[in-house]
Amino acid sequence: MTRFLPATLAVMRRELGGYFLTPVAYVFTIIFLLLAGVFTFQLGGFFEGGQADLRSFFTWHPWLYLFLVPAVSMRLWAEERKQGTIELLLTLPVPLSSAVVGKFLAAWLFTGLALALTAPMWITVNYLGSPDNGSIITAYLGSFLMAGGFLAIGSMISATTRNQVIAFVVSVVLCLGFLLAGFGAVLDFLSGWAPQPIVEAVAGFSFLTRFSNIAKGVIDARDVLFFLALIAVCLFATAVIIDTKKGG
Amino acid sequence: MIEITSLVKHFGPILAVDGVSFSVARGEVLGFLGPNGAGKSTTMKMVTGFLVPTSGTATVAGHDVTREPLAVKARIGYLPEGAPAYPDMTPEGFLNFVARVRGLSGSRRRARIDEVVSRVNLQGVMRQPIDTLSKGFKRRVGLAQAILHDPEVLIMDEPTDGLDPNQKHEVRNLINQMASTKAIILSTHILEEVEAVCTRAIIINRGKVVADGTPAQLKARHSSGRLDDVFRAITTGDTARSGKAGRP
Ligand SMILES: Nc1ncnc2c1ncn2[C@@H]1O[C@H](COP(=O)(O)OP(=O)(O)O)[C@@H](O)[C@H]1O
Ligand SMILES: [Mg+2]
Repeated sequence: MTRFLPATLAVMRRELGGYFLTPVAYVFTIIFLLLAGVFTFQLGGFFEGGQADLRSFFTWHPWLYLFLVPAVSMRLWAEERKQGTIELLLTLPVPLSSAVVGKFLAAWLFTGLALALTAPMWITVNYLGSPDNGSIITAYLGSFLMAGGFLAIGSMISATTRNQVIAFVVSVVLCLGFLLAGFGAVLDFLSGWAPQPIVEAVAGFSFLTRFSNIAKGVIDARDVLFFLALIAVCLFATAVIIDTKKGG
Repeated sequence: MIEITSLVKHFGPILAVDGVSFSVARGEVLGFLGPNGAGKSTTMKMVTGFLVPTSGTATVAGHDVTREPLAVKARIGYLPEGAPAYPDMTPEGFLNFVARVRGLSGSRRRARIDEVVSRVNLQGVMRQPIDTLSKGFKRRVGLAQAILHDPEVLIMDEPTDGLDPNQKHEVRNLINQMASTKAIILSTHILEEVEAVCTRAIIINRGKVVADGTPAQLKARHSSGRLDDVFRAITTGDTARSGKAGRP
């Protein structure tokens, strides 16, 4: 246990540094900011709303993350398998949990950094009017939590393959499932034949519903717990997958 | 220093390692010989804690690898087959990462890195991405990583494979320099290497140990007195021409 923290930090530091060794980090950040801008101003009707808030900005985050987060998480483990460095990493005196958590935290911090770079939008809104900064902070936290949920799913999928493209596609599909779980059409379709508790359970997994609560500025402990529990479960699954599928 | 007892490894229906036992003491350099697919790498992966044995035990300095994997990993330096390393990192970044994970910090970390870098002659390329390095330099990076913490036990999977004669010579010199203070296992299918560096050799075939002795003892098993003849006789079951060679 004493090795957990230093080993986790060492893994996290290497992984985070790795993002900036190639153009990937810069390309990702620029695309993220561009899309955030396009969605907010073009599709979100930021100006038409006539209101100084970031509602139209946050509404699009689930959809932004759907494609961008799997692009970050796809390499987490698939790349280690492909390069053979997984054998090196797992024969260093690093607990498997450190490796899994360290890599996840690096990806999460990196995504958080991209999110933090949207702060000029927040500043602009404050310049234009007087928004409810409390709810904006809440929405940022919710967005960050949701990114963590997407990343943990992506980490789990990345652990199953040595092919980043497969990891990307499967993660997008799975994350889409989590988004759509809250859609009326999906729930209507389900309630046609599935028992009510299952319909409710599916609805409960919806990222959209959970996030839209937080994005409105309403912090409900259940929503926060949902994302944290999802992260924990997916990281645990990542460790189990790596542990049982190391050789192949 | 290394005690291996009845190690067995199944990959589904494939029996890769079939009851291998041997031990290696400090000051010994054990050559692990065998045709491709004999089970050399799989055995090493179990000793280093990467793969879990189907049955049998491996202990390093008294620590069982399945029960105390971190204690074992801390005592071993391991060069996996092909010397995997993070391609985007520089040797400097990579060695710093390994040092951190191994709990080396501050001035001790710098001193150890300086020491191994001059030992394997990496000075000129410390700031160059690893994937731009030649094969010889990549191998040296792998070796540097393996001896960074001055381990009691050094395990190298085909350390000279794919190197030119001069590079092979350098690697063998390095092994000879360290031989007296460590317990070393190296796998190879180059028989001259055994005579150049090993104090003892084990030949394995289809997962089983078929010969174990000093290079001189092994050579005496064939009338020609040549190691290649012994190797061929033992691993192809060609007993007609092999004179004294047979199952131990
Ligand atoms: N991850 C794996 N899954 C299935 N079979 C494997 C795996 N790794 C090795 N093997 C098989 O185990 C046997 C021994 O392989 P290996 O230990 O790599 O041999 P060597 O290193 O002596 O060439 C081979 O038949 C190989 O195909
Ligand atoms: Mg091998």
